[in-house]
Amino acid sequence: MNHIDNTKDWLFEITPKNKFFSLNFKEIWQYRDLLMLFVKRDIITVYKQTVLGPLWYLIQPLFTSITFTIIFNNVAGIKTGTIPPFLFNLAGIMVWNYFTSCLSGTSDSFKSNAGIFGKVYFPRIITPLSIVISNLIKFGIQFGIFIFFYLFFYFQGADLSLNGSILLFPLVIAFMGILGLGLGMIISSMVTKYRDLNNLVSFGIQLLMYISAVMYPMELIKEKLPKFGWIVQYNPLAYVIETSRYMLLGIGNISILGLVYTMVLTIVVFFVGLLIFNRTEKSFIDTV
Amino acid sequence: MKDIILKAENISKQYRLGQVGTGTLSHDLNRWWHRIRGKEDPYLRIGDTNDRSTKGTSDYVWALQDINFEVERGEVLGIIGKNGAGKSTLLKILSKVTAPTTGSIKSRGRIASLLEVGTGFNGEMTGRENIFLNGAILGMTKKEITSKLDEIIEFSGCERYIDTPVKRYSSGMTVRLAFAVAAFLEPEILVIDEVLAVGDAEFQKKAIGKMQDISRGEGRTVLFVSHNMAAVKSLCTKGVVMEYGKIKLISDIEHAVSYYLSGDSEIINQKVFTNGYEKDEFKLEKISIKNKGKDIEEPLSENDEIELTTIITLKDNQADRYHITYHLYNEMGEALFSFSNESNKLKYGKNELTCLFPASFFQSGQYFLSFFFIVDRRDALFIEKDILSFNIVDGSRDLGVFMGREPGYIKPKFNWILKNN
Repeated sequence: MNHIDNTKDWLFEITPKNKFFSLNFKEIWQYRDLLMLFVKRDIITVYKQTVLGPLWYLIQPLFTSITFTIIFNNVAGIKTGTIPPFLFNLAGIMVWNYFTSCLSGTSDSFKSNAGIFGKVYFPRIITPLSIVISNLIKFGIQFGIFIFFYLFFYFQGADLSLNGSILLFPLVIAFMGILGLGLGMIISSMVTKYRDLNNLVSFGIQLLMYISAVMYPMELIKEKLPKFGWIVQYNPLAYVIETSRYMLLGIGNISILGLVYTMVLTIVVFFVGLLIFNRTEKSFIDTV
Repeated sequence: MKDIILKAENISKQYRLGQVGTGTLSHDLNRWWHRIRGKEDPYLRIGDTNDRSTKGTSDYVWALQDINFEVERGEVLGIIGKNGAGKSTLLKILSKVTAPTTGSIKSRGRIASLLEVGTGFNGEMTGRENIFLNGAILGMTKKEITSKLDEIIEFSGCERYIDTPVKRYSSGMTVRLAFAVAAFLEPEILVIDEVLAVGDAEFQKKAIGKMQDISRGEGRTVLFVSHNMAAVKSLCTKGVVMEYGKIKLISDIEHAVSYYLSGDSEIINQKVFTNGYEKDEFKLEKISIKNKGKDIEEPLSENDEIELTTIITLKDNQADRYHITYHLYNEMGEALFSFSNESNKLKYGKNELTCLFPASFFQSGQYFLSFFFIVDRRDALFIEKDILSFNIVDGSRDLGVFMGREPGYIKPKFNWILKNN
């Protein structure tokens, strides 16, 4: 019965600081049901007590695409080649929306969940993860409407052709999600102390859209604004959007270098985010 | 052989006072500068005792300081202390909501905490959906919840509303549902903070009964924080008294509660009188009140017989002309009743008069006595209002019974006559 004095058989230990890097996959796996329930909550609470219900997921990108088509293509005259401008915009907005909803959702995860986090423990990473997953489902619904319009324009006789690169589309989306998650985790950790970032995020996202090649092809910016083209070129988001448009519509071109740059940056951002998030989760409740 | 399931070693927690805002960045940078040079955190050293009523010198304060304790398997530990003693901070650290500044806690079992019932309830979702969500937040798996769903619904008593959004619930129903979920948690160590303060009498009874099952029947370890001394005394086996972020005492629960209550009260249970209380006819020497057969320092308990002793010296030969009367007032200043020693005549010289109140006569609360010295059963020669005040505290009660306070101030025991045909 001497095992009592043996300090090695403790189940766990609560200490002041986390190890430099710790991501307890086993624990996250234990809480997988919670993850799924959070996703379910995020999805169903959006359309509770609404008449149109999940249709709202479709209305927003459709109307934005229509507006963009009128303003940027009809009024400003941005050319989209043989692709119907509406489809061009819808593809860009869909992917862009996925990124922004991941970013703005996760960047708020500490602050908006302070009530729960202050009362009970579960791996905090569950919250941003659930946001990324529920947005993925939202993206799926929006992708359905994209397919609908794709087929619609196809049968209208638009020059649309699929290429093999579409198979890599899920990978591009995954990277978009991871980038949003990584950035969101960094911001959410800093927001607990410095609320200034909150304001930055809400209008920063709007500005970011203009340099992310959402409503114009990347080529165009190089052509029209050769001096400032680099802003778009160094923006990893622009590559993701340009690439996904290439995969879906066969427009624009794929820059392998740009994609590698994006992926490396995404991975770096993700791990930095994880690191900061890990450090914050233990004591944020005192500073939030 | 002691089976230690939880061990806290040198737990301390520091907080920064004032607004968190400007200045944090410079302190952060200063901290970081010290750290990269391998020096100690400059802000960890300062900070004084956490007494909220006095003005401190530092912006940093220790909410907890050098907390050491061990909990054995199956023990029910009551943590008591005044507001701001650090009880909730300790529970927060135990439940991993926040990390300690120094020290460590080692555990041999899963800890689940019930710092507030209904954490994570979503008003838009139905009762049933919330059971799953709340259960998962508290660490249950979907399978566990599904297997206990019927029991949970039944225990909550909200069956009819279970598919209605929680925002339509009354606050009492929300709490019932939330407690029901928590009651079916199965961790090795359960941390509970003040959950008994909710719900009606029927539900409180149910909740305490359930907690009794958890701790006694199922042999689970429970850490319990509450201001309800009746509940603490009845449920817990061991007590920890905290004050200003430090542990004052760890002992069996009875001792801990009385230590806490006596240290807390400014009410003195005895008064020795001097000059002002001497007249031509008498001299009042001392009035004291205590539990019969116990020490004067012990807090007065509703479960004990209570002795009120008056020591008075009569200087008049016709001593039987005089008697004393007390008026008893409650904390609201309402007169409850008067009592006197009319039938027991005083004698010349020193008299020690003891009035004995039966056990369970007073309800918990604060009381005030007014003193009257009467001559010829007619005139008051001397009156002193609020000559003595005393506090009656909840005694230990049987488990499963009502833990709240009954209405009124006294609970006289009458003769009941039962005729059974």
